[in-house]
Amino acid sequence: MTMQNPQEIQDELIAAAAGADSLDQLEQVRVAALGRKGRVTDLMKSLGSMSPDERRAAGPAFNQLKDAVTAAIEARREALEAAAIDARLRSERIDVTLPARPEQQGTIHPVSQVTEELIAIFADMGFELAEGPDIEDDFHNFTALNMPPEHPARQMHDTFYLSEGGEDQRRLLRTHTSTVQIRAMTSRPPPHRLIVPGRTYRSDSDMTHTPMFHQVEGLVIDKTTHMGHLKGCLIEFVRAFFGVDDLPYRFRPSYFPFTEPSAEMDIGCSRDGGELRIGAGDDWLEILGCGMVNPRVLENCGIDSTEYQGFAFGMGIDRIAMLKYGIPDLRAFFESDLRWLRHYGFSALDVPTLSGGLAR
Amino acid sequence: MKFTLRWLKEHLDTDASLSEITDKLTAIGLEVESVTDPSQVLAPFIIGAVTKCGPHPDADKLKVCQVDTGAGTVQVVCGAPNARTGLKGVFAPPGTVVPGTGLHLKNAKIRGVESSGMLCSEKELGLSEDHQGIIELPEDAPVGSAYAAYAGLDDPVIEIAITPNRQDCLGVHGIARDLAAAGLGRVKTPAPKVAAGSFKSPIGVERRLGENDDACPLFVGRYIRGVKNGPSPRWLQDRLRAIGLRPISALVDMTNFITFDRGRPLHVFDADTVAGGIHVRLSRGGESLLALDGKEYDLDDSVTLIADDDGPLALGGIIGGESSGCSDDTVNVFIEAALFDTVRTAMSGRRLGTLSDARYRFERGVDPDAVFSGMDLATQMVLELCGGEPSEIVVSGDVPQWEKKVDFRPARVHALIGLDVPEDESLAILESLGFEAQRDGARLVMSVPSWRRDIDGEADLVEEVARIRGYDSIPITPLAKERAVTRPALTPEQRRRVTARRVLAGRGLNECVTWSFMPKRFAELFGGAQAELTLLNPISADLDVMRPSLLPNLVSAAARNSDRGLGDLGLFEAGPQYAGTRPEDQSMVLAGLRRGQAVPRNWHGKARDVDAFDAKADVMAILEELGAPVAKFQVSADTPVWYHPGRSGAVKLGPKTVLAVFGELHPRILQALDCAGPCVGFEVYLDALPQRRRDGSANRGALELNAFQPVDRDFAFLVDSDVESARLVAAALSADKKLVVDAVVFDVFAGAALGDGKKSVALRVTLQPAGQTLTEAEIDAVATKVVDAIAKATGGALRS
Repeated sequence: MTMQNPQEIQDELIAAAAGADSLDQLEQVRVAALGRKGRVTDLMKSLGSMSPDERRAAGPAFNQLKDAVTAAIEARREALEAAAIDARLRSERIDVTLPARPEQQGTIHPVSQVTEELIAIFADMGFELAEGPDIEDDFHNFTALNMPPEHPARQMHDTFYLSEGGEDQRRLLRTHTSTVQIRAMTSRPPPHRLIVPGRTYRSDSDMTHTPMFHQVEGLVIDKTTHMGHLKGCLIEFVRAFFGVDDLPYRFRPSYFPFTEPSAEMDIGCSRDGGELRIGAGDDWLEILGCGMVNPRVLENCGIDSTEYQGFAFGMGIDRIAMLKYGIPDLRAFFESDLRWLRHYGFSALDVPTLSGGLAR
Repeated sequence: MKFTLRWLKEHLDTDASLSEITDKLTAIGLEVESVTDPSQVLAPFIIGAVTKCGPHPDADKLKVCQVDTGAGTVQVVCGAPNARTGLKGVFAPPGTVVPGTGLHLKNAKIRGVESSGMLCSEKELGLSEDHQGIIELPEDAPVGSAYAAYAGLDDPVIEIAITPNRQDCLGVHGIARDLAAAGLGRVKTPAPKVAAGSFKSPIGVERRLGENDDACPLFVGRYIRGVKNGPSPRWLQDRLRAIGLRPISALVDMTNFITFDRGRPLHVFDADTVAGGIHVRLSRGGESLLALDGKEYDLDDSVTLIADDDGPLALGGIIGGESSGCSDDTVNVFIEAALFDTVRTAMSGRRLGTLSDARYRFERGVDPDAVFSGMDLATQMVLELCGGEPSEIVVSGDVPQWEKKVDFRPARVHALIGLDVPEDESLAILESLGFEAQRDGARLVMSVPSWRRDIDGEADLVEEVARIRGYDSIPITPLAKERAVTRPALTPEQRRRVTARRVLAGRGLNECVTWSFMPKRFAELFGGAQAELTLLNPISADLDVMRPSLLPNLVSAAARNSDRGLGDLGLFEAGPQYAGTRPEDQSMVLAGLRRGQAVPRNWHGKARDVDAFDAKADVMAILEELGAPVAKFQVSADTPVWYHPGRSGAVKLGPKTVLAVFGELHPRILQALDCAGPCVGFEVYLDALPQRRRDGSANRGALELNAFQPVDRDFAFLVDSDVESARLVAAALSADKKLVVDAVVFDVFAGAALGDGKKSVALRVTLQPAGQTLTEAEIDAVATKVVDAIAKATGGALRS
């Protein structure tokens, strides 16, 4: 058998590789070329029977031929594999516009959210959370707070009663969270720096009143805290809470039996076109009541009022939630209407922090 | 409390503008609620004269008037019956907004006749309800000038809120005193003329109060004979109208005026209706009085009465009686100036449901030292308005002791409010408010004026200084923090509540806040509604007992939402429930409810209704997140009666501590609460959770990684249908406590092929080798132990 021209071998094999239209065919081409009995293998073997001079000339040429054939086969393999994947991917196509598996997102109620916001702000001013029972007695709700029986302020409280009986036995639903001031001050010695969010009750029901609502009480008792601190604390609070650094404010003298001097705090707002906006404007909005704790309250709790003093404040949590988030109707807070809960509720992961922001 | 600017200026000599006055009122604690200036609203309205009035060509009831407006003559079509030539009235030009109707006037053709403006009625001006005809002014009314100024309506009306402690500002005089103290002028209230009586009053006064003498400690009376009652003069009528009171007659208007001018309520009886003498006594049960408000009041035995020999004449300090009231025919009067007890007045007024300007003042405490001066002013006004001849005064009782002294350390001002007010400035403020300083050695004692019964201690004096000086001047002082970096404000228990809420919101439930009370009939179904937890005065019959559980409110909410077409839902609430009235009877519970489909129809797979295991998953997610020892839980089927007895469970830690209950709600409960459809619920008793370690260590211990792969083996056992799967799991785990680290039920089924009363339970058991890889023989040995242990514990056999 005469040796075939290597160039012809190369051309034939490369053509065969290029012509293979499946990976199987290409494998046959590879075996026929590079397998143990393949034509390139044979060619390489033939080098052994050559003279050193012939070998010197043919060796590099054969190696080149082998590389070229190998490269052609590899190139074809890649092309065929790519085509195969393309074909598979074409067959695996889905309708991505279909919906994902159903999941439900729940919500946090605005009262809970705003309570967490309040706690974040006051915690940063060194306040601790305190709590107390909803069912109270006359002493904690009235008498200790300088509202003795028949005090006119008791009338304004529209108290729910659970039982008749005298001062000591009569049970009622607390009309304010100030009860917890008394519980705190009678259970451990000063200093105190507390906030008390919680449920409160008054027998009142109309557009802007519900028989149950939420209040947060604040109390600071030590030897040096004065009304300037009260102002400093509450100005800082309203500005942080509403996210308005230049929020205008004013403190007006007012009256509460348990504070003296007493004040009410207003913040600036505007009501253009019927829409209430918190911030600089031509109107004022009452936001909270506050004052220096009446010495009689301290004495009622066994605290020496010549040594200790401090301030207290109270505000409606539902009310400030309405103001901040533009919620129009107080009554809807307690109706559990899913549409309302989804609209005004907050995401589970929307945890208010001072570092990350109170509202996102 | 309402008054007008001119009224105030009769008591206060001031150059301050209206806005300076209103700003100052708010700044000193007399919060301005509204300022209305009728002259602004009425600015376009001028006095016009009808120079010619003729019929309208196309309308019988309309007239065509030529109106002289001072600046020219315009044609106005008018429908008023009293429109006529020569009438002087109030004219509004086009462009005016008519306050009584809101109408915006424009040039118009009325039935084809040009009309440029309007002649107005009192109702259209918002002055009264009178719409019989257009306003008729006297002939000398100046054509072309502003009506408001002409009619004295250019006097701004100021309304302020009075806190319960400030009865002294329930009269204009007291308000002027506060403003003067705050630097806005000088009080110039004229002292009343003292009239000498020329005869002895034919009506005597006797207080028959016995031990209840404090009900009316002082009664001063005076007889005035020969008065002529009738409409009061224009200035007095205007003043009362401006503050929303209806003028009645000179005698009545006089008492109303003094009530608002001095905060001193009075009463005038028609003396000729009084039988015998006047007695002050408590009412007797069964008595009644027809009062001036037209209502008949049935009295118990506790109301302070002004009575005559025949019976009640008036409710003392509250309201007068119809029969002894003054009329136009009244000739002789008897004036009462008295003091009535605050508490009794308040209680009687509240019980009888009578609101009056007198009660409002007496229950807050009227100046005890102003009874005689009140009588003087009343006498003066009756004589000026109605003439007559006054008797000597009749006095029963005494001015009660009101003098009070309060120690004052001027340094306390700085200590309490943080503002350094010099001592002499503090004293000047207090003295301008009527306090008197007396020095007793180093002590400084302030005498409290008779009109300030609210002043109770030194802090009240500090408040007086602070409010007059102005809260604005108190320096803003940051609240110092004990530590630069914030420490936790919540206890671990409080934080758990926050976490648990967010777990449930993340699991698709919506948080609700529902009433702490609920209908009694619902509470009874949940083991509640004890008498001690029933409200004596509920806001409605549906909110009458404290809730024994949070679930009923959630079920009701689910039903309401379902009725609106939102039937697939998950709701939860974290809040209190009440087992009794002591503080320790209140517990914090996290309750949730799922209703309808857990998985809605979807193209991936089948829809599925909620079931007990959805509720169990919620419970377990919460408890695990809260760090409860899940591995130690025992779940048993003993649950409260509001759950389905066969489809609910209790999660316990040890035999007694129930951490949570969950399951399908009892069908009877759902029916009673009107909630249809599949409904599962859970209650997690947050207070029952074990307390977290408080030793401060956050150390989690070292992670021990095992180099050898765990081995899983699956088993299926045939057991009796009532065998709880937890028993198989417990037996598997106990078979080899070193090697068996986990056992999970992955399949349960029953069917005819297994035989009646049998079920198959399949477990995947995980073995964790410790020192070396397990051989097949070792694995088989453990498997045999597992099979034996389960057989022993449950009687179950391995299915082949």
